Amino acid sequence: MVEFNLPANSKVGVGKTVNVANGAKRAKSFKIYRWSPEDGQNPRVDTYVVDLDKFGPMILDAIIYIKNQVDSTLTFRRSCREGICGSCAMNIDGTNTLACLKAIDEVPGDVKIYPLPHMPVVKDLVPDLNHVYAQLASIKPWLQTQSPAPSRERLQSPEDRAKLDGLYECILCFCCSTSCPSYWWNGDRYLGPSILLQAYRWIVDSRDEMTGERLDNLEDPFRLYRCHTIMNCTKACPKGLNPAKAIAEIKKLMVVRR
Amino acid sequence: MANGSGRPLSPHLQIYKFQWTMALSITHRIMGVGLAVGTLLLTWWLVAAAVGPDAFARAQGFIGSFFGMLLMFGWSIALYYHLCNGIRHLIWDTGKSLELPDAERGAKIVIVATAVLTVLTWIVGLAVW
Repeated sequence: MVEFNLPANSKVGVGKTVNVANGAKRAKSFKIYRWSPEDGQNPRVDTYVVDLDKFGPMILDAIIYIKNQVDSTLTFRRSCREGICGSCAMNIDGTNTLACLKAIDEVPGDVKIYPLPHMPVVKDLVPDLNHVYAQLASIKPWLQTQSPAPSRERLQSPEDRAKLDGLYECILCFCCSTSCPSYWWNGDRYLGPSILLQAYRWIVDSRDEMTGERLDNLEDPFRLYRCHTIMNCTKACPKGLNPAKAIAEIKKLMVVRR
Repeated sequence: MANGSGRPLSPHLQIYKFQWTMALSITHRIMGVGLAVGTLLLTWWLVAAAVGPDAFARAQGFIGSFFGMLLMFGWSIALYYHLCNGIRHLIWDTGKSLELPDAERGAKIVIVATAVLTVLTWIVGLAVW
């Protein structure tokens, strides 16, 4: 359902300002979305004014600094700090990306940080990902075969292997799905770009033998066809992948098999 | 997404940065609605022509008025936009032009083509009229 406005309990207020940049040569404001399940209040945006010379060059460096030195209640996910785990996906300066791959000097003015858009918030910058994970499980993201297992690996030609390039690199950070207006309005039934890219990754795998069933599972006005080629997904992907193209390829296969 | 958990919904439209491709997509939807409404105007005009000279004169009078012309102008923009962007969608359906630079170039082509075709149509239309 299209609902442009936020529900009453989700409207964002103005929070506190903490300035720890006294005497800083390079001060910068970080405006960060905060919500705690414990105080019964609406979300708010807190402002932290910090000295850029105190930490590394990436947004993740800044929020780790804030958590360690300024406000230990700030909550976010992070792990690898090099763009391969997908944990620190968030909305930075209006677009979804990984905090560890986004340089602070790419953002002019104040740095606004929100959780991934249109998701239930667990706390601060941590969205509830249960629903997308359930959607991922629904496309059975593993190799399915019917033929007897060979005595060695299932082989694949270099050409067939090349078809997985641009797909296997997905780290499931969900920057794309949560950038998609169609997923915002119909995320309960539309699978969204990340899950559809995963689905295509198994559909084009020459070793997989359940292509027909996989397409059957997607042949649905909502699961696949809520994609209107808005392209926010491709624009958001921090790994430079193209979910919009993967979805277009699935749509093509749907037509070809008729 | 309703979650029934008491958890707030994170901001979306309120905070997402303007994207050209996104703007063209929503415009396509809006123009589609405008096109349907404009078709009612055209239908009225055709039906009026079938009903008789008085009815036709009334329809013609309204469409020829300043407000009527304004509606027709909007309708012609909607028509050309929907047509051009529709062709863009057809190209996408073949799996082509989906890389970001191509998609953004397509967006610009659609906007320019809509403007050129609309203006051209009105120049020709007003010259003949």
